[in-house]
Amino acid sequence: MTMAALPPDWPGGFWLHWGVFVVVIFVFVMATIMGFIWFERRAMAIMQARLGPNRAGPFGVLQPVADGIKVMLKEDIVPAKGDKVVHWLAPVVAFVPALMIFAVVPFQGGAILADLNIGILYIVAISSVTTVGVFMAGWASNNKYSLLGAMRQVASVVSYEIPVVLSIVGVVLLAGSLSMQQIVMAQDIPFILLQPLGFLLFFIGALAEINRAPFDLMEADSEIVAGFHTEYSGMKFALFYLVEYGEALAISAIVTTLFLGGWRGPLLLPWLWFLIKVILVFFVIVWIRTTVPRIRIDQLMALAWKFLFPLALINLIITAVEILVWPAGSLWVLVPINIAVMIVLVLLWSRFFKLGWGKVEV
Amino acid sequence: MTVALSGEEIAARLEEKFPGSVVESGADSLLVKSGSWLEIASYLKTTAGLDFDYLTAITAVDYYDYFEVVYQLTSIKHNHSLVVKTRCYGRDNPTLPSVVSLWRGADFQEREIYDLMGISFDGHPNLKRIVLWEGFEGHPLRKDYRRW
Amino acid sequence: MVIKTEPFVVNIGPAHPSTHGVFRMRTTLDGEVIVDMEPVFGYLHRGIEKLAEERTYTGCIPLTDRLDYLASMSNNLAYCLAVEKLAGIPVPERAEYIRVIMAELQRIASHLIAVGSFLNDCGAFMTPILYMIREREKILDLFEMVCGQRLTYNYMRVGGVSQDIPDEFLPALDKFLKEMPGWIDEYDRLLKENEILLARSKGVGILPRELAVNTSASGPVFRASGVKWDIRRADPYSIYDRFEFDIPTGSVGDCYDRYRVRIEEMQQSLRILKQAMEQLPKGEVRSDVPHLIRPPVGEAYGHIEAPKGELGFYLVSDNSIAPYRFHVRAPTLINLTALRDMMVGWKVADLIIIFGSIDICMGEVDR
Repeated sequence: MTMAALPPDWPGGFWLHWGVFVVVIFVFVMATIMGFIWFERRAMAIMQARLGPNRAGPFGVLQPVADGIKVMLKEDIVPAKGDKVVHWLAPVVAFVPALMIFAVVPFQGGAILADLNIGILYIVAISSVTTVGVFMAGWASNNKYSLLGAMRQVASVVSYEIPVVLSIVGVVLLAGSLSMQQIVMAQDIPFILLQPLGFLLFFIGALAEINRAPFDLMEADSEIVAGFHTEYSGMKFALFYLVEYGEALAISAIVTTLFLGGWRGPLLLPWLWFLIKVILVFFVIVWIRTTVPRIRIDQLMALAWKFLFPLALINLIITAVEILVWPAGSLWVLVPINIAVMIVLVLLWSRFFKLGWGKVEV
Repeated sequence: MTVALSGEEIAARLEEKFPGSVVESGADSLLVKSGSWLEIASYLKTTAGLDFDYLTAITAVDYYDYFEVVYQLTSIKHNHSLVVKTRCYGRDNPTLPSVVSLWRGADFQEREIYDLMGISFDGHPNLKRIVLWEGFEGHPLRKDYRRW
Repeated sequence: MVIKTEPFVVNIGPAHPSTHGVFRMRTTLDGEVIVDMEPVFGYLHRGIEKLAEERTYTGCIPLTDRLDYLASMSNNLAYCLAVEKLAGIPVPERAEYIRVIMAELQRIASHLIAVGSFLNDCGAFMTPILYMIREREKILDLFEMVCGQRLTYNYMRVGGVSQDIPDEFLPALDKFLKEMPGWIDEYDRLLKENEILLARSKGVGILPRELAVNTSASGPVFRASGVKWDIRRADPYSIYDRFEFDIPTGSVGDCYDRYRVRIEEMQQSLRILKQAMEQLPKGEVRSDVPHLIRPPVGEAYGHIEAPKGELGFYLVSDNSIAPYRFHVRAPTLINLTALRDMMVGWKVADLIIIFGSIDICMGEVDR
C-alpha cells in the first residue's frame, strides 16, 4: 500500500484548494449526516425488532430527505416571552463549529482542507463552542425544561473536556505531533492498541461531550421532554438535529484518525477505509444507544471526576514514561503491557468510586 | 383466606370500651356513631389481636336521608377484615372525622369523597377537590345531582 | 462562598412523555433536586362511578374495561366477582378456569408494559419496551381469538364468560407458554445486571414496609417493600386455591425491587397458566343468568389481585336492575399516596423512574 499523499495544495493553487475542499466537505458532511440518520434509524430498528423507515425510496434511504423537506416547511415558532435574537442565533452558533471541525480531518493522505500543525488542538477548541449555542438555546427559550437541559450540557462539557484532552495528549506524545496528518502517519500500529486505556477514556468522554446515550441527559426525552430544543421547530430544529449527527460524525472521524489509523489500511482505497472506519465507530455509538439506560446527572459528574480524570492522568504518566524508557522501533511489545495495564486500572478504580451521591436531605 | 371478623363480637368489645358508640352490628359489619369514630378507629388499629393496620378502601353512599361512609379494614398481620360504617346527616355540610392521621392511605380516598360526595373530613391535611376542578359546583355522586 | 439559589416550580405533565397518560406533578426543584412534589390529576375523569348507576349490571362491564385499559380482563373479573357475590350467582367450573387463564395472561401483558415503560423511563431508548410489546402482541392475539378485541375485551359476564374459547386457542396458548420463559430470559440478559440500571434504580425511591402498609399500597409495589401479601393467597377468590405458585417479594422496596418483583410475577403467572391449562375441564361456560339481574338489597365488596394491585368493586343494590352505588377501589390511585415521600430529595431523573416503577394507568386513577 503506497502512502501516496496528495500535494498540500491539490488540485493546484491556494484558492482552488480551498474552494474545492469547502464544497467537498460541506457535501460530504451533509450527505453523511443524511446517511447516518437513515443508518441509525434502520440499525436501531433492527436491534429493536421492528422495521424502521422503509417507504421513501429503496430501503427508505430517502427518509431523511423527506424529513428535511417536511421540517423546512414547518412553521417557525418563537416563544412569546423568549429572547428572539438569541433564539434565532443559537442554532447557528451550535451548527457552525460542528461543521468547522472537518477542516482538519484528513480523508486520505493530503486530502485535508488545512493541515494545521495544531490540528487536534483546533478541534478541542472549536468543538466546545457548540455548547455556547446550546446554552443560548436553553436560555432564550424561556422554558424550564430547556434551561435544565442547557445547564446539564454546560456541566457535562466542562467536566468531560478535561479527561478527553488528557487522553488525547497520550496520542500526541506517541505521534510526536499535533497535526492530524502526522498522527495518522505515525500509526504503524493503530493507537487503539498502544493506547487502549486512552481510547476507552476518550470514547466515553466523547460520548458525553456529544450527548449520545448513555449520557444524553441534556435532551433526555423521558425526563425533560427534549431538553434545550424543546421550544424549537422548523429549520432551527433541523439545525440542532444536524448538529447532533454532525458531532457524532465528527467524533467518529476523530476516533478514526486518532486511534484507528485514519485512512490507512490494506487493499482498499484510502478514503474508503476512512469511511468504513467512521461508519464502524458510528455503529458502536448507535449500538450503545439502543442498549444501555441513561445515567443521572450526579453520576455523570462522578464518572468524569472520580473515574475518567484520574485514570486519564495515570494513563498520561504511563505513556510518558514508556516513551522515555522504551527504545524506538519495538513498540509491539507495549501492546500487551498496555492492555494489561488498562484492565488492572479499570478494575481497580471501579472498586474505589461510587456513582453519585443518591438522596439529598431537603 | 381472609377471615371476616364478626361485627357483633367487635361491637360487644367496643361497647365495653366506648359505651354507646355502636349503633348496630351485623354479621360482617358494624355501624358506629360518627362522634366516636376516630377513637374507635384508633382502638381498632392499635389493639393487639385486632391490629387493623391496613385501610383497604373507603366508600360513601348517598341514602338521601344520610350519607353512609364505609371503611374496609384489613389486618395484614392476622389476615382478617372488618367493615365499619358510619353515618353523617345533613346535605349542606356533612362532616366526619378524618382518619388520615391513622391510615395515610385514606388521604386520596377522603379527598375523592369530599370531591364527589361532598362530605368534609375534619382534620384532613389537604382537603380539596381531587378529580374535578376548583370551582366546580355540586357533588356529582350525590343522588340528587343533575347535570342538566 | 455560598451561592444563593431559589427553588423553582416545574409542572411535569399533564402533557409529558413520561407521565403515562395525563398525570401532572407539580414539583418544586432546587437545581435538579426535588424539594416538594404534589400530584395533580383528574384530567381523564369520566365519571364512571356515576355512569354505572344508570346502567344494568351487565351494561357496566364495558365501563370496567375502561378503567385500567391495560388490564381489562382483570377489571371484568373483579366486577363480575362482586356482582356474583351480591346476587349469589354460581359460576361453572370451566368458566372459572377460563377466567383464571385470562386474568393471568392479562397480568403478564400488563407487567410487560409496566416493566418496559419503566426501563424506557430509565433511558434505555425504546429497546426493552419494544421487545416487551412484541410479546404483549402475542397475548393480545390470544385475547382476540377468544373475544375479538385487543384492548377492551368485555369478555367476562356475570356467571361465567361470554363465550367458550375456540379450538385453536389451547394450542396457541401452549405455544406461548413454551416460548415465554425464553423471552423473559432475554429481557434479563439485556438489562438485569446492567451497571447503569443498578446505579439508577437500586436504593432509589425506597418505600419502607411500614409506610407501604400505612398508605394502603398494594400489588407489586406493596410486595417489593417486603410484605408477602397477595390476595390470590391471602383471600383466594375464584379457584386460586387450587394452584401452586410463589409470591415474589422484594427486600428493600426500591425501584429495582419493584422491577424484579414484576418480572418474577410473570414467571409465577406462567406456572399458574400451565396448571390451569392442564386442569381445564369440559362443560358450560356460563350459568343461567337472567338478562336483567336484580340482586337482593345489600352490598358486596369483590376484590382481586389485579396486575397493579388490589382492585375492588363495592356495589350496593336496591333490588333494581342498576347498581345503587358502584365504587371502584382503584389500586393505582391509592399507590400514589406515598409518591411524595418516595420522591423528595431525589433528582428530576429519579422522579421519572420512581413514578414509572409504580406503574399507574390514568384510566383507573381518574375514573
